[in-house]
Amino acid sequence: MPSITYVHTDGSREVLDVPVGTSVMRGAVLNSVDGIVAECGGEMMCATCHVDVDEAYVDRMPAQSDDEKAMLEFTASERKPNSRLSCQLVVTPEMDGLVVYLPESQV
Amino acid sequence: MAEPVVAVIGAGQAGFQAASSLRQEGFGGRVVLIGDEPVLPYQRPPLSKSYLAGQCGLDEVWLRPENFYEKQNIELLTGETVTAIDRRGRAVRLASGTAIECDHIVLATGARCRALPVAGAELDGVLPLRTLADADLLRERLAAAREVVVVGAGFIGLEFASVAIAAGCAVRIVEVTHQPMGRVVSAEISRYFTERHRAWGAEILLGTGVVRVRGDGNRATAVETSDGRIFPADLVLVCIGVIPNVELARDAGLAADNGIVVDETLHTAAPEITAIGDCANFPTRFAAGRVRLESVQNGVDQAREVAAHIAGKRVGVYDKVPWFWSDQRDLKLQIAGITTGHDRAVLRGDSDSGSFSVFCFKGERLLGVESVNRPADHILARRLLALADPGLSPAQAADASYDLRAHLTPRR
Ligand SMILES: Cc1cc2nc3c(=O)[nH]c(=O)nc-3n(C[C@H](O)[C@H](O)[C@H](O)COP(=O)(O)OP(=O)(O)OC[C@H]3O[C@@H](n4cnc5c(N)ncnc54)[C@H](O)[C@@H]3O)c2cc1C
Ligand code: FES
Repeated sequence: MPSITYVHTDGSREVLDVPVGTSVMRGAVLNSVDGIVAECGGEMMCATCHVDVDEAYVDRMPAQSDDEKAMLEFTASERKPNSRLSCQLVVTPEMDGLVVYLPESQV
Repeated sequence: MAEPVVAVIGAGQAGFQAASSLRQEGFGGRVVLIGDEPVLPYQRPPLSKSYLAGQCGLDEVWLRPENFYEKQNIELLTGETVTAIDRRGRAVRLASGTAIECDHIVLATGARCRALPVAGAELDGVLPLRTLADADLLRERLAAAREVVVVGAGFIGLEFASVAIAAGCAVRIVEVTHQPMGRVVSAEISRYFTERHRAWGAEILLGTGVVRVRGDGNRATAVETSDGRIFPADLVLVCIGVIPNVELARDAGLAADNGIVVDETLHTAAPEITAIGDCANFPTRFAAGRVRLESVQNGVDQAREVAAHIAGKRVGVYDKVPWFWSDQRDLKLQIAGITTGHDRAVLRGDSDSGSFSVFCFKGERLLGVESVNRPADHILARRLLALADPGLSPAQAADASYDLRAHLTPRR
């Protein structure tokens, strides 16, 4: 199972094994990772599943849909070029080792 | 001094959020979350969408896994009903016989389905859709059903209908008004969705009521409508609205009128009792008077508000822009604001392309925006409506070349 590291704002890290086919958001929620709210449950309605993807992995992420781009304008924390909605990042074997940074706040 | 205790009654979307937000806000006392359903707190939206269609499992329905509650030090009591609020003793009484003394009570009791008030409504095969148990039963029955009648063309009825059609059922939708989803969307959106559902193969009967469900033994076999027609049915979904669960509040002497009456800070007349989510009737600047809203956003944002309040972080007026979504086949309907009472509907985009928005105004004032497969408009609308004055005129909204994003950045 691909391993994904969620980095909190205080620098602490949670390393989880997330099954292929599951989203980076769901992986966090199922493991009660603080800092991913995901109030719409992955419907791309809330932008409370914002993460910043480590530069080394940006190219391995799925392309951003127009919907995701629009929704990213609504993040509570600053949107960066590597910002993504984690509900849209469906885990693939190539994502093994992925590091994502949790933002200051989601709401 | 003993540590403060918050009892959250109802472990749905709003109750769950209140409990977890209390911890996020740093509340250090006891948090007891009491729900009468026998399962972990879960999300309802997938019950008429992906979960119903068998596209996702329970993992995606739970709001959080079981260990979350322990980790957050939230005492979750499932399968437990609160039978009374004892205001004098400052306690809630449980069906199991005990009482929990508490300093704050958050009422998040939600709503229940309105029953179909006709003969035969009790027959096997006539089903509601509100709970996970309802969805599990419907999933099972849908697999075997061939002819489905949906009573009530609201969001849930239409979402269910699109899943049933995809599952290969013949679907008839019976709606007593002339406008599907008419309570909450503009005539334009209503008409568009009606046409789409017809194109997908549903038969929609408007201005038609159900007068009886016919059965063979105890099993439903057909639905008789107000115009005297009889439609065979092996599955009848009843979704004709909900009744807010106000009884606990009313029995405790609190006011209820289409929901538990709260003020702009979501407090009832008792300073230690708040009400949030589907059960709460509150004043808002986004509507002409009081409203009771049924949406994830409303439950979640109100929960955050009362949690911050109880944790002593802020005391303010609840003032979040309402938003809502509905998925019907390949159409995503997104609504920002409350469009009820608009007198002008301005189209942006082209409905033939399947991506457009209806901007709803009352006079010159923007009340809300209903978007179909046009998330950028929806997001902009949420930001516009958050302003004291959106300042967008109907003429600007109608002008496709007018840049809404530029409109948002401070003028002058
Ligand atoms: C099928 C379906 C699809 C939906 N789709 C969408 C959607 O796409 N988008 C959207 O925004 N919204 C949607 N909604 C609406 C949304 O799910 C609700 O607005 C939301 O669940 C409200 O949360 P709540 O906590 O106020 O109420 P509820 O979720 O109803 O929770 C209240 C809970 O309290 C319990 N309870 C009541 N009385 C007591 C008592 N005395 N003791 C103990 N427990 C008690 C109830 O059993 C229930 O479990 C949908 C709803 C349904 C039913
Ligand atoms: S979970 Fe809501 S946008 Fe990702």
